[in-house]
Amino acid sequence: MIRSVPRSRLFDALYLTYLVAFFVYLALPLLVTAVFAFNDAPFPSLPWKGFTLDWYFADGSGGRTGLFHDDTLLSALWVSAQIAFWVTLCSVALGCANAVLFERLEFRGKELLYLLMLLPLVIPGVILGVSILVFYSGMANDLSRSWGIELDVFRPGMTLVVMGQVTFITTLATLVIASRLRKFDRQLEEAALNLGATPVVAWFTVTLPWLMPSILGAAAMAFLMSFENFNTTVMLTGSDTPLTVALFNRLREGSTPVLNAVALFLMVASALLALLVTRGDTRKS
Amino acid sequence: MRSSAGRLSLWLLLTPFLLWIVLLVLLPHLQMLRVSFQVRESWDTLDWGLQQYQNFFSESYYWRTFVRTGVMSLFTTFLTLVIAFPIAWYIAKLARGRSKGLLFLACLIPFWASELVRTYGWMILLRESGVFSTWLQALGWADGPVEMLYNDVAVIIGLVYNGLLFMVVPLVTTLEGMDENLVEAGYDLGGGHFTVLREIVVPWAMPGIVSGCIVVFMLTLGSYLTPILMGGKDSAWFTQQIFTQFITRFNWEQGAALGVLLLVLSSFIVWIGLRVTGQSLRKVMG
Repeated sequence: MIRSVPRSRLFDALYLTYLVAFFVYLALPLLVTAVFAFNDAPFPSLPWKGFTLDWYFADGSGGRTGLFHDDTLLSALWVSAQIAFWVTLCSVALGCANAVLFERLEFRGKELLYLLMLLPLVIPGVILGVSILVFYSGMANDLSRSWGIELDVFRPGMTLVVMGQVTFITTLATLVIASRLRKFDRQLEEAALNLGATPVVAWFTVTLPWLMPSILGAAAMAFLMSFENFNTTVMLTGSDTPLTVALFNRLREGSTPVLNAVALFLMVASALLALLVTRGDTRKS
Repeated sequence: MRSSAGRLSLWLLLTPFLLWIVLLVLLPHLQMLRVSFQVRESWDTLDWGLQQYQNFFSESYYWRTFVRTGVMSLFTTFLTLVIAFPIAWYIAKLARGRSKGLLFLACLIPFWASELVRTYGWMILLRESGVFSTWLQALGWADGPVEMLYNDVAVIIGLVYNGLLFMVVPLVTTLEGMDENLVEAGYDLGGGHFTVLREIVVPWAMPGIVSGCIVVFMLTLGSYLTPILMGGKDSAWFTQQIFTQFITRFNWEQGAALGVLLLVLSSFIVWIGLRVTGQSLRKVMG
């Protein structure tokens, strides 16, 4: 079925129907989630009771607490933002180093190390979390029991969550940055070296600007994936609960339109982030 | 001079890589494997043994969930491929210009929301007091509230939804690289739709198919939120048992053994998939 092969009317109509059905399927859950964030009813379901902004702004006086007055959710949002910041920083830095390592250098055992680099992609997220919990938290327990040394960083908490997420997000960042580095014309760098630049100067003035779009793209992706991650995070989290875990706990108590409000808020924020990165991308190229 | 500088830069770049892979991937997994063979005799004495693995095989609830999770993940992966393929084909081969870019972007929309939000959206649609149930009653097709949540079909709807993007993107990428003359030649030589699909399109798209299937399979097998929130009492998922052992029972040894088993299952199926299709992990993922 390509454009140059004739198709029957019926086939075209069926294909089009399928496409429409598919995109309805994609959009519907998000659409209803967004719409019920504004329904003036205590429960996110039909019938429609009118438009309200209570689920964002109510201060608790009328029996409703909106997102911007809900201290649990706001502090969870802040915890998630901090985690995402550190994860982005670490995994993008590691991703840059790995990309150069695998695209530019030749050394023995490169194939094997490349496969090791891909490994986190074929390990379920739960297992990544569990293994880090067993190793680091177990180490902290043993040290405390045997020698009375308290290594609180390795107790479930923000540090472990960052470590767990960096494990697999680094692989993704590496792949994004490496695919751009592969398209780089090395003659540009050689020209800089011929014109008297030191390798370090050439790297910062020629290669790094070329990589910049992919670095920004990888950073946006890392931030979103960290923010949205649940499976690895829930195994490693301590008393400072990140947003996805807080939402999950809230959802198990029963759903309220505040959850819809948070969901819509997150969707808009990630859409803006994605837009920002693609805009910057097209401007550069 | 040149080689010593090269050496220095090699070590400078190799060190962060090794730290990451050894400290965050290799050592933790080896420790998990070690713990899974430890048997707790009393609160502070440990012995080596296969107790946890024996529990897995003797307790039918464990291995039944294990098999169920594996089979349902494979089915979900297959269903995702079948649903995504015509969409990817349309975007790669039939759509033109602006609509092509827009359709591709539309496929990315669900991923502006996290898995939790997506699952929540489905819950609002499918549950007894949900949108579909209300519509059915309003249309007069149902007399009372209809519960569509908490069964296996709901779980699969949610899982397919979660995986679609990761199937569509690699498929579009490989299909775009395909020369349309090949398809045309296939028709000119007398092939029907099905023959052309089987002999030309599928072999060409194989790297994309395998890459999409691996990612979707891994996501499905390791998912937790969708089965637990959308599934019923009988639709347990294996990850759930790992969570239970670690978080509610504090039985790390049993949890580690279940974790190792899940890892063995996922690696085994990915390996089989690569062998059968003649692809390599490097080619499809790198």
